Amino acid sequence: MDLRFTPEEIAFRDEVRSFLRREIPADIRARLSEGRHLSKQDMVTCHRILHQRGWAVPHWPREWGGQDWSPVFHYILGEEIQRAAVPPPLAFNVSMVGPVIAQFGSEAQKRRFLPATANLDIWWCQGFSEPGSGSDLASLRTRAERDGDHYIVNGQKTWTTLAQYADWIFCLVRTNREAKKQEGISFLLFEMTSPGITVRPIVTIDGGREVNEVFFDNVRVPVENLVGQENRGWDYAKFLLGNERTGIARIGLTKERLARARQFARETPAGDGTVWDDPDFRRRLALIEVQLKALEITQMRVVAGARNREAGRPDPNSSILKIKGSELQQAATELLMEIAGPCALPAVDPDEPTNEPPIGPEWAMLTAPTYFNYRKVSIYGGSNEIQRNIIAKAFLGL
Amino acid sequence: MDFDLTEEQRLLRDSIDRLIDDAYGDFEKRRTYAQEPHGFSMALWRRYAELGLLGLPFAEADGGYGGGAVETMLVMEAIGRGLALEPYLATVVLGGGLVRLGGNAAQRQRILPRIADGSLRLAFAHNERQARYDLFDVATTARAEGGGFVLNGAKTVVLHGDSADLLVVGARLSGNRRDRTGIGLFLVDAGAAGVTRRAYPTQDGQRAAEITLAQVRVPADAMLGAPDAGLALIGQVTDAAIAALCAEAVGAMSALHAMTVDYLKTRKQFGVPIGSFQALQHRAADMLVALEQARSMAMYAAMMADAPDAAERHTAMAAARVQIDESARMIGQGAIQLHGGIGMTQEYRAGHYFKRLTMIGLLFGDTAHHLKTVAAAGGLSADEAAET
Repeated sequence: MDLRFTPEEIAFRDEVRSFLRREIPADIRARLSEGRHLSKQDMVTCHRILHQRGWAVPHWPREWGGQDWSPVFHYILGEEIQRAAVPPPLAFNVSMVGPVIAQFGSEAQKRRFLPATANLDIWWCQGFSEPGSGSDLASLRTRAERDGDHYIVNGQKTWTTLAQYADWIFCLVRTNREAKKQEGISFLLFEMTSPGITVRPIVTIDGGREVNEVFFDNVRVPVENLVGQENRGWDYAKFLLGNERTGIARIGLTKERLARARQFARETPAGDGTVWDDPDFRRRLALIEVQLKALEITQMRVVAGARNREAGRPDPNSSILKIKGSELQQAATELLMEIAGPCALPAVDPDEPTNEPPIGPEWAMLTAPTYFNYRKVSIYGGSNEIQRNIIAKAFLGL
Repeated sequence: MDFDLTEEQRLLRDSIDRLIDDAYGDFEKRRTYAQEPHGFSMALWRRYAELGLLGLPFAEADGGYGGGAVETMLVMEAIGRGLALEPYLATVVLGGGLVRLGGNAAQRQRILPRIADGSLRLAFAHNERQARYDLFDVATTARAEGGGFVLNGAKTVVLHGDSADLLVVGARLSGNRRDRTGIGLFLVDAGAAGVTRRAYPTQDGQRAAEITLAQVRVPADAMLGAPDAGLALIGQVTDAAIAALCAEAVGAMSALHAMTVDYLKTRKQFGVPIGSFQALQHRAADMLVALEQARSMAMYAAMMADAPDAAERHTAMAAARVQIDESARMIGQGAIQLHGGIGMTQEYRAGHYFKRLTMIGLLFGDTAHHLKTVAAAGGLSADEAAET
């Protein structure tokens, strides 16, 4: 038993570290670190730099750009991307639809979509949640009816992240209303420019416009864009969501935030000194760091165990990573806001040009919106309560 | 990075597990052991020796097997699972650890083979009432006289100090009570003139003693290590004991969690198993999260227990204990609650796990003490910075 990286793993980590700092534009990293919204171009730029290096889709099959890596290498790359405040390769492409097409798609679909998906020539969005179908995803009602060699899609999706940037959508639709709810769902791909699609932004409590409602009004989708078999879409969705959960602890990201918290605590005056001098603050930080260290080792145990696990089957421990990882992400954003103190109050966009003097440090004015925004992490990807249900049923046998 | 045990470690774990399951699988047996004169089973202690467990961490030259912190972790986890009463921590980890790391060749060869064969038991008589958790707070004095030393002082809650043959006593050679220098360690026969012991059981069913030293004379070669290396040695062995306790706690937590989940499946109310209720399911799920977090930190503690940098090691142990204690509290309290009335009874095993976990949380520092240690060190990111 040895928790340390091997010399080979350390060499890889150092290679990743220096590559990211050297090749990814510093201004993009700074914007992400400060909690600002990135432009589509920022994200495409970073994605392609990583893809050129072979690091956007290393977990894909080798013939489609994957790498023959140990689970530890995948883990190192993911952690370093987060710690360097680099926008990760677009999850909808590389973690969600890509693996589904590679696993269940036809040869023609693979050739058509995988290279373009890997290089972000196609930007995908995820059409899963609906107004009436959140945690109970299988109850979804968007329907697709056969009409010759097309499906006619009608219904509504919601919480569709970055749909405003998307070229294509992968969408769960109901193709059989008679069957058990899980057995009447299909997995369809279609272009966002198709006639009959309307995208409407949802403004979230942080003022952000990440998520959207997407309406389908008689959208015609060629039958060849069905992935796998009709009415088997729920299996593909479960496969996809299993992949989604393994990376969701985002430990590197929380580490990066805590490093910023230390720096800001030392810079922020309080009493005769700074926030850092307050023992209560240091204890709160220490408690978060202890839990994060424990979670990091838990994550490494999952990563190391991946060797012995059947491919495509997620470790039930991924629910533990989701619960604790999201709680710690939220704790870190809360801590940053509390360091900012009164300077967190002004709702002034630091990117808005003005001749007025700044009200406080720029970072401080972004802490409250980030805190508000991060309430989402215990809701999405299977809410933490759903994760507890999964642990109770799949793991504890209750 | 590798979480697998070696073949040897697997064999070791299997044999310890068999021993503990056989000895403690039936909870009634534990009551019988507790009624023996020393509060544990002497027959079992001999079996520990036969299996080589009592010499596990000692060098082969000293009659041991050269095991490290991972081997100790395996033993302690099994001890935790079985709620074993034998003084492994007191004799092998604490007393044996002090002699192993601080003793000269003559001391090691005189003492360690006899620990390994089960004929000698040790206790670490260091803590004093006013010291609370400060290892350096020592009022007991050691005065050089006639080529030896004379010890005077009072030690409190000495784990298994009631039945130990040999005490390792921390005493001040110079300076004031709270000085960090001038602390020495002395080997004292438990039966020496001037040593009085008041024995009592502890809340978790183990044993301890108040030990008074009045004009106790020891020869010069009773001193362990260099005159001024006492505190460093005490710190190092206490850290090893913390790592061992973390493993014991994980063993206890995992057994307690498993029996709680079993109970949820079998206990019926309103015509259904109570485990079908979501409120109870979620509590059991959160307890599992806490258990896995604790298990990770017990591994971390084992990895860091031999770290050469004392400050780094000490911070790591404190961090491990913060997580272990938080998890133990959550799982212990949760297990009693989910069991309901039966969990409150002396007859049932769950309450005894809870009590042991609670007492572990008060040994070598409580959560607040350890959190303060991590905070004072500036947090856990120091090692990150060193990596970068």
